[in-house]
Amino acid sequence: MSKTDFTYEITRGFLPGHRACAGCGQASAVRLVMEVAGSQVVAANATGCLEVFSTPHPESAWGVPWVHSLFENTPAVAAGIEAALKHQGKLDDIRVLAFGGDGATLDIGFGSLSGMLERGHDVLYCCMDNEAYMNTGVQRSGSTPFAAATTTSPAGRKSFGEDRPKKDLPAIAAAHGIPYVATASISIFADMRRKVKKALGVRGPKYLQVHVPCPPGWGYDEKLSIEIGRLAVECGLYPLVEWENGEVTRVRKIEPIPVEEYLRPQRRFRHLFRSEEGKAQIAKIQELADASIKKYGLVD
Amino acid sequence: MRKMIEGSQAVAEAVGLCRPGVISAYPITPQTHIVEELSQMVADGEIHAEYVRVESEHSAASVCLGAVAAGTRAYSATTSQGLMLMAEVLYNIAGMRLPLVITGVNRSLSAPLSIWNDQQDTLAVRDSGWLQLYAENSQEVLDMHIQAYKISEDDRVLLPVMVCMDGFVLTHTYETVDVPTQEEVDAFLPPYDPLYKLDPGDPYTLGAFAGPELYQEMRFELQRDALASKDVVKEIAKDFQAAFGRWMGDVVEEYRCDDAETIYVAMGTVVGTLKDWVDMKRDNGDNLGVLKLRCFRPFPLEELRESLSKAKRVVVVEKAVNVGAYGILPAEIRAALYRQPNQPSVHAAVTGLGGRDITFETFDEMEERSQAGEMDFFAGLRKELLEAS
Repeated sequence: MSKTDFTYEITRGFLPGHRACAGCGQASAVRLVMEVAGSQVVAANATGCLEVFSTPHPESAWGVPWVHSLFENTPAVAAGIEAALKHQGKLDDIRVLAFGGDGATLDIGFGSLSGMLERGHDVLYCCMDNEAYMNTGVQRSGSTPFAAATTTSPAGRKSFGEDRPKKDLPAIAAAHGIPYVATASISIFADMRRKVKKALGVRGPKYLQVHVPCPPGWGYDEKLSIEIGRLAVECGLYPLVEWENGEVTRVRKIEPIPVEEYLRPQRRFRHLFRSEEGKAQIAKIQELADASIKKYGLVD
Repeated sequence: MRKMIEGSQAVAEAVGLCRPGVISAYPITPQTHIVEELSQMVADGEIHAEYVRVESEHSAASVCLGAVAAGTRAYSATTSQGLMLMAEVLYNIAGMRLPLVITGVNRSLSAPLSIWNDQQDTLAVRDSGWLQLYAENSQEVLDMHIQAYKISEDDRVLLPVMVCMDGFVLTHTYETVDVPTQEEVDAFLPPYDPLYKLDPGDPYTLGAFAGPELYQEMRFELQRDALASKDVVKEIAKDFQAAFGRWMGDVVEEYRCDDAETIYVAMGTVVGTLKDWVDMKRDNGDNLGVLKLRCFRPFPLEELRESLSKAKRVVVVEKAVNVGAYGILPAEIRAALYRQPNQPSVHAAVTGLGGRDITFETFDEMEERSQAGEMDFFAGLRKELLEAS
């Protein structure tokens, strides 16, 4: 891994002073997106943590024009903004961004997102993937990984938590044949910055899904956010992949670590380490990671 | 220019003349002819709008929301289930004080599935903060759309407006209408120039959340401005008359009410049938009148009081059921007349559901039953079916 220069200016796009939890991966990710995007943008934001911690009226952390409407309609709102800017002849100068959490994006706003991608709107949609409904108290979403405990997929005497793997939305987005799809991690900072920059240089619909660790939702010490995110990538469970026009064009290679190293520090996987049956679930998670490594050729 | 066109085409012509920059809709019967016509106008370059062909009505309303927030006039049309799917966004648009016009084609609600006309759909979203205008005929629906944009975008209002028109009865019927010229409409309706919009040169945060210390005041302002918009609706009806020479009432229209002992109240196309029936009844010596409710939201409380307190009996023709209670419009009219010096008896007749024809016989039945003192009843029921079951 190469060393990264972490010095950057506070941008006017997303300002400090908001109410995000300590160690919030999403807040860092949004700051990075806004730093790259600059000031000539309009942002639409789904209901969720980001919306709530950044805009309690009359406060706002946004230095760019920003709109929140509802939970599931952000892609359509962004499409409307894009259509209006096109009508006004301003689309060459202004970029349209959309932000939604994994619940807003993979679940309730899935149809709206598919429509926006399929119609070819010039919008960069950023899904901030913290793998559950964190704003409402850590309920299971379509992005919750296999065997994670949430408040609605709890581990119990007859359950190891979530019984299904994550919905593979990046692949579904790529299947729309749109110009650019990428997965990123807030922990792999330079890689994410490059992807945001690349996405903003492409016209048409772009989908960026960023893995953003959540200290209260996942259950780990706030100072570990960046480390936890890095482990997710390095074990193969969160492959960093780019698709262009529906084809995989680039992957970030890894030297895989066992999934236990990623799972062990997190409360949401704690139950797996308490029994032999739990360890069997860890073996299944390792299989998921191995399959992902194989599918995307993450190892040379 | 006078043209023999379908009601849907009259709407499309009016919308085109209002120069929306973004149109977004999802097809649903019987709204389809409106959006097909507009699609063709865009395809032929007759109007310069982005037509966004969305995957649902929820998204249609959301695209319009985004477009208006970004400073561009927008338009959508829907009906029935589509309006129900939009409902969440409708409340949101009104709460965000975004001016927008949509056509609410009136159709029944499922189940059972029916594509035919009544007014249950738009009445179901009456508390959303949208102003609602109901059109009697093609000329009125054309004129109403032009007025609606002007009302909606007025700085004193800044609320969305739904122009309601009966599905099939009006959307699919040919009438002669006077279509104004682009110059005439441009002179009446200036370009959309909002106070606030999504502009990187002057960034605003729109749609922030409000806690218990703020929410109630925001709803108070919404209510205050919605009620006050009645004066703007009336003013713009007068301005329209001055510009185009046509008057079809502002918030209400009285038809032969002056000496009427009994007044029938209705909204939409049924008013036309009622007027003919009243003419016939008057020829037979019955002193009947019709009060057309043109503007349902804001509710024309004072105007209704003034018109109806002259009568001894009021019959409200309602093409909707508020299931489990006693009428939407009837309840509001009864409340309006409460503690007034002259209180007519207010009878509520539900009829015309799911496209059931409303004929002179239906009105005769209402007349007979209300005279007999029945207060709340369905008119035009097929009793043989009910008895069989």
